[in-house]
Amino acid sequence: MARDTEVLVLGGGSTGCGIARDLAMRGLEVTLVERGTLTDGTTGRMHGLLHSGGRYAVSDQASATECIQENEILREIAGHCVEETGGLFVQRPEDPDDYFREKLEGCRECGIPARVLSGSEAREVEPYLADDVKRAIEVPDGAVDPFRLCVANAIDAETHGARIETRAEVVDLLRDDDDIYGVEVRHESGPGKHTHATAGTTEKITAEYVVNATGAWAGQIGAMANLEIAVRPSKGVMTIMNVRQVDTVINRCRPKGDADIVVPHETTAILGTTDEEVADPDDYPEEQWEVDAMIDTLSDLVPILAEARTIRSFWGVRPLYEPPGTGTQDPTDITRDFFLLDHAERDGVSGMASIVGGKFTTYRMMAEQISDHVCEKLGVTATCATADEPLPGSENVEILEAGMDDFGLRSPVARRSKQRLGSRARDVLETDEPNPVICQCEGVTRAEIRDGISQSGTDLNAVRIRTRASMGNCQGGFCCQTMANELHPTYDEETIREALDELFQERWKGERHALWGEQLSQAMLNYALHATTMNRDRDPASESSTVDFAAFDDGRGAQ
Amino acid sequence: MAIEDDVLVVGGGLAGTIAALAAADESARVRLVSYKQSTLRHASGLVDVLGYTPAGDGPLVDPFDALADLPEGHPYERVGNEAVREALSFFDGIAGDAYEGGHTDANALVPTHGGTVKPTARYPGSTAAGLASDDRDTLLVGFETLPDFEAPLAAAHLEAAGAPFVARGVTVQFPGIVRDDAKVTRYAHLLDHDEVVATATGETTARAALAETVRAHLEDETRVGFPAILGDDRADAVRADLADRLGVDVFEVPMGPPSLPGMRLEELLYAALEDAGVRVTTGVPVVDYETDDGGIERIDHVVVDRNGTEIPHRADQYVLATGGLVGKGVRSERERVFEPIFDCHVPHPADRYDWFVDDVFGDQPYARFGLPVDRELRPLDADDDLEFENLRAAGAVLGGYDFAAEKSGSGVSLATGYVAGQRAGTEAGR
Repeated sequence: MARDTEVLVLGGGSTGCGIARDLAMRGLEVTLVERGTLTDGTTGRMHGLLHSGGRYAVSDQASATECIQENEILREIAGHCVEETGGLFVQRPEDPDDYFREKLEGCRECGIPARVLSGSEAREVEPYLADDVKRAIEVPDGAVDPFRLCVANAIDAETHGARIETRAEVVDLLRDDDDIYGVEVRHESGPGKHTHATAGTTEKITAEYVVNATGAWAGQIGAMANLEIAVRPSKGVMTIMNVRQVDTVINRCRPKGDADIVVPHETTAILGTTDEEVADPDDYPEEQWEVDAMIDTLSDLVPILAEARTIRSFWGVRPLYEPPGTGTQDPTDITRDFFLLDHAERDGVSGMASIVGGKFTTYRMMAEQISDHVCEKLGVTATCATADEPLPGSENVEILEAGMDDFGLRSPVARRSKQRLGSRARDVLETDEPNPVICQCEGVTRAEIRDGISQSGTDLNAVRIRTRASMGNCQGGFCCQTMANELHPTYDEETIREALDELFQERWKGERHALWGEQLSQAMLNYALHATTMNRDRDPASESSTVDFAAFDDGRGAQ
Repeated sequence: MAIEDDVLVVGGGLAGTIAALAAADESARVRLVSYKQSTLRHASGLVDVLGYTPAGDGPLVDPFDALADLPEGHPYERVGNEAVREALSFFDGIAGDAYEGGHTDANALVPTHGGTVKPTARYPGSTAAGLASDDRDTLLVGFETLPDFEAPLAAAHLEAAGAPFVARGVTVQFPGIVRDDAKVTRYAHLLDHDEVVATATGETTARAALAETVRAHLEDETRVGFPAILGDDRADAVRADLADRLGVDVFEVPMGPPSLPGMRLEELLYAALEDAGVRVTTGVPVVDYETDDGGIERIDHVVVDRNGTEIPHRADQYVLATGGLVGKGVRSERERVFEPIFDCHVPHPADRYDWFVDDVFGDQPYARFGLPVDRELRPLDADDDLEFENLRAAGAVLGGYDFAAEKSGSGVSLATGYVAGQRAGTEAGR
């Protein structure tokens, strides 16, 4: 029977997009469906750490070894998504010496370059470290932009013929006795690019093979075909500071614990994290104590964090998994390894595999192994090329950098744009039309916003993750409306109004967890700008009652 | 030697300047000190009184009708209906021809840059021809380099809001603007000075070139709206010149920050302060205060930091007009909300997760943070006793109202600034 596609990938996170790219490059016909926007699940809700492996060098050396291998590959193939910050495992006087020694030995055993710094040497690298830090281990941790990396995978998959459908939620698995042969999805606004205020449709997509790469949501997908996949979702908080207090990844060098890492990320620093098992990956409490713990605990390492400005907090859910019968109680003890569940072998149901566990840094390797599995199932012999082929944006960045002009932009804006776009900068930024800055905090110009819109339609959150617009200090107070303006004239007024409301509300969601000090003042300013001058809270265009304009002052009585 | 005055006003926004002017009007010797730039430049320059009731009913045709029903503790309830009217006439006297709307109690509906309309009691002359309650067809003109105002989208939005006229929008290039990131003040300067600009047909002046560009798009409309960048010092002349060249009325659409109408209002108020003989020192924070001995506490003097030198400023009466959360007259930490100069009581829930609601435009508790006051606008402590005998508060530092939802920010600043200044001036003269 003819199928719509050869491989159907469920989930638009790093794993799903990585698989789609890998298989599409091998010449397979691939369709990927994602419930929300790309990275909406766990990928877009991580701390932005590109692991050196140092973190797992004591507890999980297999993962640590994979991390350093993939770390080196991503620096090559995804240079425009990675910032080579370096990392420090910092020991405070009360932290155990034994653990410090084990960490250092572990790094060496796993092939992770590691060097010991004295307390004063560490403070030379990072002057805001506490005065009494004892010493540190320097490792090649980095910062990575998960949005940019994931989108680059999706773009490259599309270039190789894949179909990527976002805002397409799987509502059912199509199953014929013991064979899964596709899914039914609900398109929020019709297939293709997202357009607000367009009626939704449903579509059945059939495939030779289905890959369930929905991470923490894998159990929900499995349940649609009565397959039990015991994912143990575990939440963690990330708190974003308005500036980079550190330029190096700072880890606390002690056995597991909450609030032990600070990652410099673009213009911000991200504090993390907690580790708490939750029942439902879509519905769990986001709690004040978690935010307070980040600030209070990490202030022991970097004291100025206690007084610094946070701009928002967000939570992510790890897709932890362990084979049945392992019985680990504490989620921090569950392995970070990944598992490929072949449902034919495991459950006697053919046509689908699920991928669970794992972590962002090793997404490419996971994708490679799953793709190998899929190829074996389909009798395809093509081999993986993702470790060698640069992602769109990362081709020959150094050469291009040298030859590129500033596209008529002031240099800080041009520099930021080029960092984000990498080798795509010329294509995106070279324009004969005026190219004003739309987002002042992050230095994002009209051309970059329009590039994002051309990829993702009216979904301004998808534009946001592609450009960083509205992710700076003002959290969109000054630029949300201007971003929405760029949807015109492609989209109509009502559609744009809805898109704007959705973005503004999304920005507020994370900002609620940073509402004190400067950021509460910022929140009041944002509210005032949008409600007072623009009257967006009581916009007659969005209200059901009509206004009797004739009853108001028409200005003519004055003359 | 302390600096000595009858009345010392702390804060240089709308409430502070009006308070200083009202006190000076009572023949008091008045000084105004301010630290940060006022929030006037964030604001649209519109002077609203009340656009919606606290329950969200509106837009209100007559704001004065609704004042009597405001809850206890609302700043308007504190000063009373009559004081609001007196304050508005006081403002009308100061603003003169620069502001309109005083001929009627009814609100006007002003189109703003987002495209919808906002109810307001007074509006700058520059916006008068653009009122949405006026049914003449309208051409809106936006500029490619000013992304805050997308004129065709704003026109469509006005129609969606039910405006009783046909609105059309065009986007054009602003003659003489070469950089894509030129500040709004650069646009204003070009027009103020009618600079020579290069166009496709040769050199001409900025106003002529702009009129020429717009004329090509004008159909049957009898008024044309521009983003609020039509001049700064000579805004009236710029507007009149453009209207003359185009043969139609010209108006401005209020914009977000930095807002030229807000800056013009600031300039107008500071000119009035100078005329009234108010001594003004800007860029200086009040860092401390001392009380004198006695029953109810009185402020003896405050300490002002002038470039690192701490100078005592003594007055008989004090007005606190330092703004709300935005102006930093109300500040917060993880565990508390406070008023930073005199540590006046600011009621707030103990748990900071009760400071907000999840809907961004919901009934936000934080928007009401500020000082509770008696009917003389004197701040009250947690037991409803006076914090200080000779301190009054005015403007956004006051609590108990959500100016953004009600569209009442300017009106509350005017009314409470006027009352606080007048009372302070009268007391000091005794």
